[in-house]
Amino acid sequence: MIETSAPSVRYRQGERVALFLPCYCDALFPQIGRSVVKLFERLGVPLEYPMEQTCCGQPAFNAGLWSEAGALARRFADVFSSFPWIVVPSGSCGAMARVFYGALEGEVEATQVGARVYDLATFLVEKLGLDDVGASFAGTVTYHDGCHARRELHATNAALTLLRAVRGLEYVELPRMDECCGFGGLFAVKYPELSVSMGQAKCEHIAHTGATVVTSGDASCLMHVEGLVRKTQPHASLRFMHLAEILASDG
Amino acid sequence: MAKPFDRKAVARGFAHPTSSSALLATLERTAETSDAARRQVPWQALRSAAHAIKAYSIAHLDQLLEQFEAQFTARGGTVLWAPTVADAVAHVIDICHRHGATSVVKGKSMLSEEMDLNEHLSAATIDPVETDLGEFIVQLAGQRPSHIIGPALHLSRQEIGVLFERKLGIPYSDDPEVLMCAARERLRQRYLTAAVGITGVNFAIAETGTIVVVENEGNGGLSSSVPSVHIALMGIEKVIPRLDDLQVFLRLLARAGTGQKLTTYTHYFLGAEPGKTTYCILVDANRTTLLADPKTRESLYCVRCGACLNVCPVYRRAGGWAYGGAYSGPIGATITPALVGTEQASELPFASSLCGACQDTCPVAIDLAHQLVYLRHKVVEETRAGNPSTTRAIRFWAKAMQSLPAYRRGIRWLRRAARLGRTIGWYPGLLGAWAKQRALPPVPDQSFKEFWERRT
Repeated sequence: MIETSAPSVRYRQGERVALFLPCYCDALFPQIGRSVVKLFERLGVPLEYPMEQTCCGQPAFNAGLWSEAGALARRFADVFSSFPWIVVPSGSCGAMARVFYGALEGEVEATQVGARVYDLATFLVEKLGLDDVGASFAGTVTYHDGCHARRELHATNAALTLLRAVRGLEYVELPRMDECCGFGGLFAVKYPELSVSMGQAKCEHIAHTGATVVTSGDASCLMHVEGLVRKTQPHASLRFMHLAEILASDG
Repeated sequence: MAKPFDRKAVARGFAHPTSSSALLATLERTAETSDAARRQVPWQALRSAAHAIKAYSIAHLDQLLEQFEAQFTARGGTVLWAPTVADAVAHVIDICHRHGATSVVKGKSMLSEEMDLNEHLSAATIDPVETDLGEFIVQLAGQRPSHIIGPALHLSRQEIGVLFERKLGIPYSDDPEVLMCAARERLRQRYLTAAVGITGVNFAIAETGTIVVVENEGNGGLSSSVPSVHIALMGIEKVIPRLDDLQVFLRLLARAGTGQKLTTYTHYFLGAEPGKTTYCILVDANRTTLLADPKTRESLYCVRCGACLNVCPVYRRAGGWAYGGAYSGPIGATITPALVGTEQASELPFASSLCGACQDTCPVAIDLAHQLVYLRHKVVEETRAGNPSTTRAIRFWAKAMQSLPAYRRGIRWLRRAARLGRTIGWYPGLLGAWAKQRALPPVPDQSFKEFWERRT
């Protein structure tokens, strides 16, 4: 059993790092996983991808199906148990493992393994000690903060630190950055009117920035907001890119 | 009572975008004013202190309530206990009958809303008059309050002008001052004729037996002091140990709710004044249900400031009535299932994106978003409510996720369904609910797992 390191402990050369890629990213946004792989290669940090990984259990947890979520948490713990560091390009799935496994009664091992999960930006800044990952990207970029990244993982500063260091990138702050985009998983399909109304407000704030690219640590928020933009303005030139894609860019 | 967060009702509510966008703007403004007021004090330190005092108070609730009762009684007040809403109503009606009251004046009290007190008083031929301006307006309109501290927030001043013209017989005006004066003129008469005044309680100090009521209009002071009988309605969670603890809450409460430094009035009632009769009714009404479960206990720390409503993206759009009970917004979604039963309120915990803005803004740092997700679990465990087909789909998905081959089949199915949907413009099940207003992303040729397999 690997002990979870104290919050201040940094990554040491030679320690194993696992990529935990959210299941919907595996299916729909594989470029996010590929970007993390590329970025870690550039940084010289070996990255492993445990092929057995499936879903962290968040959809079940948020639907109230906690015994199903517990079974998936146990599976997660089995798959990742040999890794001292687990990196996930998602605040939402990251918070599920890191924070909410602890809410599941009796899931001691999952809670311990979950505590080794870090969202990508936090891992790069706090565990690798980097402010700059050597990326270059030309564009005016605004950043949308996923609610779990912001409020459960406190990852906002790390993400902004990294973005600001990207060469060629002009960062513009999103007004009302702390407001939810309305995705909310099950909420998006259970209360579509509310979800869409929240997303439309987000679209207005994005338009206000004049950014050409919207980025976020959470592809689920981006999928929702981009979906709204594409539905109403199929020819909009606004691009939506995960933070990992920008940090992996070197062109 | 309507079922809270009936999905069709929410959709209908969106047919009136003007009222919801006005509400949105008002709440955004209030939240901004509150943010500025919070910066005047060491907010996080006060918040932690308040959380600790409430944690202590709720953990020692039995002792503190008895201490409060002893002190309040020693100062000439009378404490009555009400295990249920019905008991509390019976106490109020009994007191009114004993003192020959045919009308009562009421300061603002959310607990009285929870008790449907006005309906019960009217049925007992006692005429209740709301004296808080917002409450006066909604009472006149025959409506329910839509916000914990701004009962008439859903009405524009033009709508109130029309209402006053019709119900009070004054010439139409949408000037707030004219409307306020018209209400005040009405109310002054009523204070003088009512035998009983009813108020809520914001804090009760166990050490001294003091009841504290905060308000902005002076109506709470008049309701409690002009009639010879004062009934203070108090939820049992309102007690705090020492007078010294109060300053922490007074610095937080108004800043969190309205962005004021303090409310205009802070009333302290030390038992009964000479010649007056003062009752304090201690109401449980299922608060002990919230207390019994450690995962819902923090909801009893609430000081009813309304801050979580002001920042909630769902409340801002759906309004207070959607919650179907006395309390709306995140705190309403959290406590209503315990107050009215999980079955009746089964949709409430789901009507949230779980964004956590409520938790961040709460002046006593209640873990509201975490409670909402926990309550979803309770709903699934305790009721057959919710959407069974969604639950079944997620259960099926969760099962498939247990095996890698099943997972990969599932991913392939999702990719195929999304691709097919893009071609024919129709999606099955949850994908359909998604795709109605949102384009689905293009489906990549290769999943990440396929990429990784080929890479190594």
